[in-house]
Amino acid sequence: MKSTRDAFGEALMDLGHRKNDIVVLDADLASSTRTEMFLRHFKDRFFNVGVSEQDLVQVAAGMALCGKVPFACSFAAFLVTRAYDQIRTTVAMPGLPVKLVGTHGGITVGEDGITHQMTEDIGLMRSLPNMNVLVAADAEAARELTFLAAQIEGPVYLRLGREPVPALYAEGESCFEAGGGQLLKEGDGVTFCTCGIMVHEALRAAEILEKQGIRAEVIDCYSVKPLPRQLILSSLRRTGCCVVAEEHNIIGGLSEAIARLSATEFPVPMRFVAVNDKYGQSGTPRELQEYYGLTYREVVSATAQVWALRRRL
Amino acid sequence: METERKKALEETALKVRKDIVRMIGVAKGGHLLSSLSIVDLLVFLYWETMDISPDDPLRPDRDRFVLSKGHGCPALYAVLANRGYFDRDELWTYRRLGSMLQGHPQFPRTPGVDAPSGSLGMGLGIATGMALALQTDGKLSRVFAILGDGELQEGSVWESVMTASQWKLHNLVAIVDVNGIQMEGDVRGSKQMEPLANKFESFGWTAVPCDGHDMASIEDALDVSLSKVETPSVILAATIPGKGVSSAETGKLRPAEPMDRMTMEESLSELEERSEDKTDEAEAGEPDEKYP
Repeated sequence: MKSTRDAFGEALMDLGHRKNDIVVLDADLASSTRTEMFLRHFKDRFFNVGVSEQDLVQVAAGMALCGKVPFACSFAAFLVTRAYDQIRTTVAMPGLPVKLVGTHGGITVGEDGITHQMTEDIGLMRSLPNMNVLVAADAEAARELTFLAAQIEGPVYLRLGREPVPALYAEGESCFEAGGGQLLKEGDGVTFCTCGIMVHEALRAAEILEKQGIRAEVIDCYSVKPLPRQLILSSLRRTGCCVVAEEHNIIGGLSEAIARLSATEFPVPMRFVAVNDKYGQSGTPRELQEYYGLTYREVVSATAQVWALRRRL
Repeated sequence: METERKKALEETALKVRKDIVRMIGVAKGGHLLSSLSIVDLLVFLYWETMDISPDDPLRPDRDRFVLSKGHGCPALYAVLANRGYFDRDELWTYRRLGSMLQGHPQFPRTPGVDAPSGSLGMGLGIATGMALALQTDGKLSRVFAILGDGELQEGSVWESVMTASQWKLHNLVAIVDVNGIQMEGDVRGSKQMEPLANKFESFGWTAVPCDGHDMASIEDALDVSLSKVETPSVILAATIPGKGVSSAETGKLRPAEPMDRMTMEESLSELEERSEDKTDEAEAGEPDEKYP
């Protein structure tokens, strides 16, 4: 078990060794976002702007205009919403290579409660033209996606979580690319499009469904924007139905991205396991997942619904 | 300042003012008052102070300029055209579909525009990031940013004020165009920003007052600012909204009010009378015929 933010911190340090143009900016949360590891090794390339997210993004944009590849990091809740106009005007519009990293995404931030739980970030970020949106499901994915973010020429938003998560990918064995996804389990009964912590829930749901004779295909849509279109569409053509599971508001996130893709290219019955347009509250991460319906159980029951309606070919 | 040099700069500023009036008149839109107030500052920066290459606009070791008050872009566009970044005919396409001269500065659409702006309060932060990156790389390039006084009401400006001072960015010079107006009238009517010098100084900046329409005063202020080795500097330039055009100066036009044809012609002949160099008018052509 390892958190995606821990893996990000280590990957950033590796990147610092390999690339001199990488700079890291943080808004007084380096110990939580794990950028402090980079700070310890590259003091002259690390900038804590203090509690000022708007300036964090402005300064990062200015540095990008002078040839740097800045990673601007904070909690997802503050980075995305406090600095949204800055992200839009100074990063997305000019298409600058600023890498925005939001840790503590989703409701599994836990006890800190609603202000710190971020369930609108993916919707906000994917609606910005030029923006790439990546979500890490485990530590290895976080590591690879950090490297990928640095490689992508334009702006990137990378969403990470606070809590340790089980390992999905073996070290160095999977390839992560812009617009990519990972086919984690093959099946012909139903397609699970998912990202972040919900990948784990979807895999568990798939095990249960297997015993009932429904073979689920599980896709980690780590690139929410651009989506792995061909991977998803070819799966939908095989299974004829889909469940999307994400730790995000049901509006604006992966759910709507997949729904639009399917509606335009190959309509299939679909159900969504996501936060049902409400804010969270304090609680342990697992309690919150149960309370807001973000577990394998909801994925299983959603499957029962779509499978009965599946598009027969 | 030598009389000859001063005269030449003033003549350039007059030329730029005429282009601005014509641009805004032809486009039937744009912030005239706020553009005219920064002309002399821009002319001094682009003809005297900044190390730039109009034929190589992205040269890595150039000085940078950020127009944080993006709505004043007609002034910047006219300056860039007259300085040779692009053809002067482009000016008459300002605000039109497909033009390289957008309603607010866009990066990287226009040669010479170093940063995007349009949403207020962000330019100083961008300039701070530039100055920081240049300083980190040991480059000697300097960064200049022009902000509006009304714009200082944006809280994000003060985040950057603190950041720049924290890192002792002496390669950063902010210039506040203290023209006293914002969209709905007098700046003092919504949020009183004075005393500005005290505000900046208390944040660790060097504040230098100047007359934003006097070339010698602008030169002195920039000399003082660029001699600092420990602090970022801010030049508080006292300016007159609509400077040079009496219908604008006297408050007949509101900040973003478009000019009708008559006002444009009157303003142009008014500027023409002040100019010693009469050859310009013929050279400029008739923009309306080309773009009816």
